[in-house]
Amino acid sequence: MNSLVIAGLLLVLLGVAYQSGWSRSRALATTNGVKVHSRPQYHGSYVAIWALVPALLVVGLWAWLGDGITHNFIVSQIPVETLQSLDQTGLNATIGRINALASGYGVAGEVLPYEQTAGDALRSFQFITFLVVIGAAAVAGVAALLYARSRITARHRARNAVERVINIALLACSAVAILTTVGIVASLVTEAIRFFSFISPLDFFFGTVWNPNNAGSAGNWGSYGLLPLLVGTLMITAIAMLVAVPVGLMAAIYLSQYAHRNLRAVAKPIIEILAGIPTIVFGFFALVTVGPFLRDAGNLVGLDINATSALTAGVVMGIMIIPFVSSLSDDILNQVPRTLRDGAYGLGATKSETIRNVLLPAALPGIVGAFLLAVSRAVGETMIVVLAAGNAPVLRGNPFEPVATITVSIVNQLTGDTDFAGPQSLVGFALGLTLFVITLCLNIFALYIVRRFREQYE
Amino acid sequence: MATDTLSTSQASVERTRLIRASLRKRHLSEAIFRVLGLAAIILALGFVALLFVDIVRKGAPAFTQSNLHLAVTFDPALIKADPAPVRAEGQSDADFQAANLKWQRDLALLNWNKVIEASLRAAAPAGYDIDTKEILSIAETDARHEVREMFVADPTLLGKTVDVDVLASANAVNWIRGNIDRSLGDAQQQLSAPARALIDEFVANGTITNGFAWSIFTNVDSRAAPASAGLLGAFVGTLWMMLIVIFLAVPIGVASAIYLEEFAPKSRLTDFIEVNINNLAAVPSIVFGLLGAAVFINYMHLPISAPIVGGLVLTLMTLPTIIIATRGALLGVSPALRQAALGMGASKTQMVFHHVLPVTFPSILTATILGVAHALGETAPLLLIGMKAFVAAVPATPLDQATALPVQIYLWQGNENRNFFEPRTAAAIMVLLLVMICLNGVAIYLRSRLEKRA
Repeated sequence: MNSLVIAGLLLVLLGVAYQSGWSRSRALATTNGVKVHSRPQYHGSYVAIWALVPALLVVGLWAWLGDGITHNFIVSQIPVETLQSLDQTGLNATIGRINALASGYGVAGEVLPYEQTAGDALRSFQFITFLVVIGAAAVAGVAALLYARSRITARHRARNAVERVINIALLACSAVAILTTVGIVASLVTEAIRFFSFISPLDFFFGTVWNPNNAGSAGNWGSYGLLPLLVGTLMITAIAMLVAVPVGLMAAIYLSQYAHRNLRAVAKPIIEILAGIPTIVFGFFALVTVGPFLRDAGNLVGLDINATSALTAGVVMGIMIIPFVSSLSDDILNQVPRTLRDGAYGLGATKSETIRNVLLPAALPGIVGAFLLAVSRAVGETMIVVLAAGNAPVLRGNPFEPVATITVSIVNQLTGDTDFAGPQSLVGFALGLTLFVITLCLNIFALYIVRRFREQYE
Repeated sequence: MATDTLSTSQASVERTRLIRASLRKRHLSEAIFRVLGLAAIILALGFVALLFVDIVRKGAPAFTQSNLHLAVTFDPALIKADPAPVRAEGQSDADFQAANLKWQRDLALLNWNKVIEASLRAAAPAGYDIDTKEILSIAETDARHEVREMFVADPTLLGKTVDVDVLASANAVNWIRGNIDRSLGDAQQQLSAPARALIDEFVANGTITNGFAWSIFTNVDSRAAPASAGLLGAFVGTLWMMLIVIFLAVPIGVASAIYLEEFAPKSRLTDFIEVNINNLAAVPSIVFGLLGAAVFINYMHLPISAPIVGGLVLTLMTLPTIIIATRGALLGVSPALRQAALGMGASKTQMVFHHVLPVTFPSILTATILGVAHALGETAPLLLIGMKAFVAAVPATPLDQATALPVQIYLWQGNENRNFFEPRTAAAIMVLLLVMICLNGVAIYLRSRLEKRA
């Protein structure tokens, strides 16, 4: 209610300020015949910005400090002897009762006399402070309004001032991206350092056993070896690439070189649908359809394949990555100059020979870059592996067995637990940092290769 | 001379023969290559088709539910509670509320299962021999709450008989649909033999009928009563998050793209911002979850499991996409437009906001919708900020506990009652995919429509 009133008053102030700047500027333009530098709406905006900032400052200051002041006021209203007899929970309960009395809602049961007086006092205190804050905000806003209005002359460069404010606002928005990166790096690094104060980095990066003791108390933390997770991650990534690269690349080649225009127009968007499907859907698909299918297929040929295994997760992740590989390869193949292709045809090469011997070598750096981007996506993918990889953090090389990955372990160690006291949950950040660094390196390397390649034809 | 000509012609014949022979091989390899390409396309399209057919086939059964039509009697012998409190003169809100709560608490302590049991027995053929626990296992466990709430809403029902539809329990549904092999012995069945026979009786005499499962859209998730578990809570939670993403990511993203593309001086700082944004776009989504857990929850103490945190995390994740797309759109605007605006005396800011930005509007809108659609399907970061918690309420504000559609899918796929929850999970996926397809459709429609005009 109060915040609605304040927002309404601020809006009124804004409107009045804009109108006053606007009319003043119009008056200048029509009365003394001088050419006014800025158009009226800029003067209006100029005054509005001037008026709004101090008013917002006052309101913001109250939002920041107000709760503390009110709390102190309530405590000061409770008789000293009562106050001393109350512990923290009791105090909170009493404050809650006084607040309820002040709001006019009342409390259940007997009302103590001091509670009633405190409630009444709080009520008037809240009313008075509300008036004071609104008054102060209004006075500050109106004073700033009058000052800004008085500065309006024909030569006043209101437009430049307004544009400067717009510029600052735009810069602040771009800073969000930097802040995000800083936030990611800072939170990952600080929490990872805290983790390394429990577990030595050597044990983490070169340990071969992953067995965190989630119920453990001091000293009995379990083992946090990264290697089983890293091997699991790499195995699934490799399987995914084995599926996605041939299918994606051949699909891109066929669509860009052979396919009829109509087939291309239909097939390309359909394949790209795969890129837009949420990964949880792929995870479910892997769990209930692909996994059992692979298990049964393995049984037919005498292979012992687990329904949840590196193979299941890898195959489904490969399907997910196909459009990624195919559309990037497609773009890169299309960038190869026509002259190269026509030259090969002129020498009598067949289409496939041209593609294999001319187009692919020319596009190779770009395609490798695309593959690296796909790899980094596979390394960071979470939901498919959470559902379909089986979560068995054991160091082994058999893709038919369940494995665990870095992302799975982050989810397992951190879900629902935000009390970062022990290595059990802090390890999530060390894993996150590892993942971040791996994908960052892959991305930078991929972008480097892609960019270098592009310059060749320019 | 003559021998030379002869040998040349012989050589040429020989060469032609060789070329002919190799040509056959080359054409064969050409055909193979082509077939491989076609196979790759068919494989990729096949995966798409398989995925959709599989999900729809699995999810379709969850869109029907089995309803039990009961005549429920609010028997005064079973419902022994004081009459509903009436507000007295001068009573404070709090006191009345307390009295009302006490009355409802008293009602809650009554055994409403007896009411349900009585009406189930009334529906069964006369003299049917079945014990209390068994007969109650047919109806969903939350039927008693449903009946109690009817009474709380209208205490005058006491002594009357009303027709009520309640859901059949998940086990009953499994039995009716044959999700569990009917020939299995008693030990493997969830329901006792008399209960199973009574269900068949009910289906035969029309007490149990199938209908469209509105409950999946109108109910919140439920653990005790699986058959009535619905998506409403997750849907509203997702809606809150998407609102936050739209209201934060779009203005901030477009503004920073404008700054970087139009105003930023070429300096170290802006280069750094640019590299940064490209890298952010490729950071795995789970890392954003770590950021949310550490900064928003652990450091800023925002409420755990709340859409506001999820919305903020997804906003940060979506920002780079929107920035990159908007920059691309701004870059595509013809220089002639800019120069014309500047030539007419517009300032740089006016040029951007009055002339360049309106032209790029379709592309920005499309990119935004696609970015939001992507954020909509994201699961992993939400797990880390506690949205995996079980929440059986519709979040009224972004600060309330909530879950989201993809997380609900994750929770349901892990439910131990596989026979019943697998279709339900697939149904939830269908709802999610439908929302995404709608968003994408809107994006495509807007792009084609607005770009034609521009």
